[in-house]
Amino acid sequence: MELLNAFVTLANFVLVPAIAYGSQLALGALGVTLIYGILRFSNFAHGDTMAFGTMSVILVTWAMQAVGIGFGPLPTALLALPFGIALTALLVLGTDRLVYRFYRRAKAVPVTFVIASLGVMFVMNGLVRFIIGPDDQRFADGERFIITARDFKTMTGLDEGLAIKTTQAITVVVAIIVVAVLFWFLNRTRTGKSMRAFSDNEDLALLSGINPERVVVITWIIVAGLATVAGTLYGLDKSFKPFTYFQLLLPIFAAAIVGGLGSPLGAIAGGFLIAFAEVTITYPLKKVLGYALPESLEPHGLVQLLSTDYKFAVSFVILLIVLLFRPTGLFAGKSV
Amino acid sequence: MNTLKPRDLALFAFVVVLFVGTGFVQSWNVSLTILNMGLISAIMALGVNMQWGYAGLFNVGIMGFVALGGLGAVLVSAPPVGEAWSAGGLRLLGGLLLGAATVVAAIMAHSRLPRFKGLGVVAILLVGFFAFRAVFDAGVEAVEAVNPAVSGYLGGLGLPIVLSWPVGGLLAAGAAWLIGKTALGLRSDYLAIATLGIAEIIIAILKNEDWLARGVKNVIGLDRPVPYEIDLQNSASFVDRMQGWGFDPVTASSITVKLGYSALFLIVLAILIWLAQAALASPWGRMMRAIRDNEVAAEAMGKDVTRRHLQIFVLGSAVVGLAGAMMTTLDGQLTPGTYQPLRYTFLVWVMVIVGGSGNNWGAVLGGFLVWWLWVQVEPIGALLMQGITAGMADGTWLKTHLLDAAAHMRLLTMGIILLLVLRFSPKGLIPER
Repeated sequence: MELLNAFVTLANFVLVPAIAYGSQLALGALGVTLIYGILRFSNFAHGDTMAFGTMSVILVTWAMQAVGIGFGPLPTALLALPFGIALTALLVLGTDRLVYRFYRRAKAVPVTFVIASLGVMFVMNGLVRFIIGPDDQRFADGERFIITARDFKTMTGLDEGLAIKTTQAITVVVAIIVVAVLFWFLNRTRTGKSMRAFSDNEDLALLSGINPERVVVITWIIVAGLATVAGTLYGLDKSFKPFTYFQLLLPIFAAAIVGGLGSPLGAIAGGFLIAFAEVTITYPLKKVLGYALPESLEPHGLVQLLSTDYKFAVSFVILLIVLLFRPTGLFAGKSV
Repeated sequence: MNTLKPRDLALFAFVVVLFVGTGFVQSWNVSLTILNMGLISAIMALGVNMQWGYAGLFNVGIMGFVALGGLGAVLVSAPPVGEAWSAGGLRLLGGLLLGAATVVAAIMAHSRLPRFKGLGVVAILLVGFFAFRAVFDAGVEAVEAVNPAVSGYLGGLGLPIVLSWPVGGLLAAGAAWLIGKTALGLRSDYLAIATLGIAEIIIAILKNEDWLARGVKNVIGLDRPVPYEIDLQNSASFVDRMQGWGFDPVTASSITVKLGYSALFLIVLAILIWLAQAALASPWGRMMRAIRDNEVAAEAMGKDVTRRHLQIFVLGSAVVGLAGAMMTTLDGQLTPGTYQPLRYTFLVWVMVIVGGSGNNWGAVLGGFLVWWLWVQVEPIGALLMQGITAGMADGTWLKTHLLDAAAHMRLLTMGIILLLVLRFSPKGLIPER
């Protein structure tokens, strides 16, 4: 019983939130990694692309709610997703046309792209604040919980409750679907294979007749999809605030790099690693250990390794440690 | 050597016109406020230009070095809190030493242990971490319990704040050395993200370690290198002289104080730009640029690329730290909660790119110009929006929205300027020659 209680507490405060957060990070990191693999630069505007995508979804959601369209127990935002993705795809294709294509043709050095992406980041950030304002926006509707802590207690008779929010479950399900579709696309379709070929060896791919501009366009569309889904899931789970999305850039990059830039599998592994580390290291383990250990060993303090304010710092400490020992990440990413 | 050409002088003259214009249109107080921050921005831009323009190092951790400079200002000038020192000061120091010893031991174990290397290092780190927490936490608690409303920290040395400027630079340089030793081996993008993360870690520490600089409770009322306005207003000779010249003594006092800051900052900027220009023109400067342009060739010529990179990384960061200490002096307070990468890292980058990377004068110009824009885009945007919405009926949804949104024109404008310059004048307004 005691051990079970310990596990439930851990699940409630660590496992469930970390899995949801990890899925969101993984989707974000996949976008970063795809850009790095195919366009060969670190896209600093990715956090703000996510913010733009989420904002589009929110606006469409509000329109749908206004005319009375709903999705039953599920959030209306899921219905609005395709529209948000389409808008975001238009935006990133537009920026590619206006900004990045010029440097691609000029064969500019990678760092020029990075600096250009800083400019794009500023513009997108400004655009989002211009349209929706800098404040918190809530757009989650439908059921709040799949199971509440109280229901769980009465159901199982345990002392500790386990609450699972609808948004957490949706996050995981949607993330699994998106990742499955992405990997199917990359590994099984002709276009996906040509993208991988292009990522592995640009010259060879060009030689075998792959149209680079087409690969670039498809990459951007996929990235827009990933960013919008990741941003919307994060917004549903927590809340939408433009500045938070800019800050998300940090753990997302950490995830992508820990996994190895350019490696989709690495991005997913990195996302979960960062999420679990952030949540575990900043969570006070007193209660869990109190249940799990015999009474004589029960801890006195909170057994919190670091204060919660160090959340972002944790992802970077991990990043630095990984880079120290494996300079291109766990899954041997590339470096341009 | 980067001598100024007539076109460059014209650009600087344009900036002068902007500031003088601000003085006439708005007020001299506003103009001088922007100028003082512009001087600091110019110094930050100089520091970034050393790293990026001379050596091609992509450092996006500027914010961290600015904050360390600010910490320097507190550590040097704040009055020491004796009670806190006796409550837990030694314990804190002991804890920190223990932590440092752990890290050193782990590093030594990593290079010395014949087998079970990973296991040994992890074991040392784990044991060290808990020992460190055991000693350190009690000290923190004791120090932070001392009068938390006004102090709750160890305080500083109580020295004049101008001394903190070089100290801020030294702190930043020390951090840069540590970072450089570990991160400079990384490739460009990996280095960028690593520095970005390190800046976040530094800010997190400043926000949370209350014993060090009161965290988000802020250290306020720092020492000032210039007189207080109120003292000037109470001084009969000052009031008489200003009235004799036909000025209002209250306005004149605040302008005098600002001019005092401007003079101090200008001296620092002048010294730095003289040093920077001399360095760039020396054989050392040529070597740096050679390394930047072709690392492999420079290495083949026998240049120690890693060492040079570390050197310039430390130097540039020291300049940024110096600027950070000056900024905290100007504000009279350290507010770690306000440090955001958009403002303290990316905006400085816009300054360097727009001004001209690789050219010290360019970086300085960019510092003034971009900072002026950053402040003035908001009122200009508001005016613009008022113009656009003038025809709309009051209280309509779109009108209120547009007027509110004008406040966010800033980021949009900065981004567009950066993109335009990068596209049409990639070497900046004053290019490297």
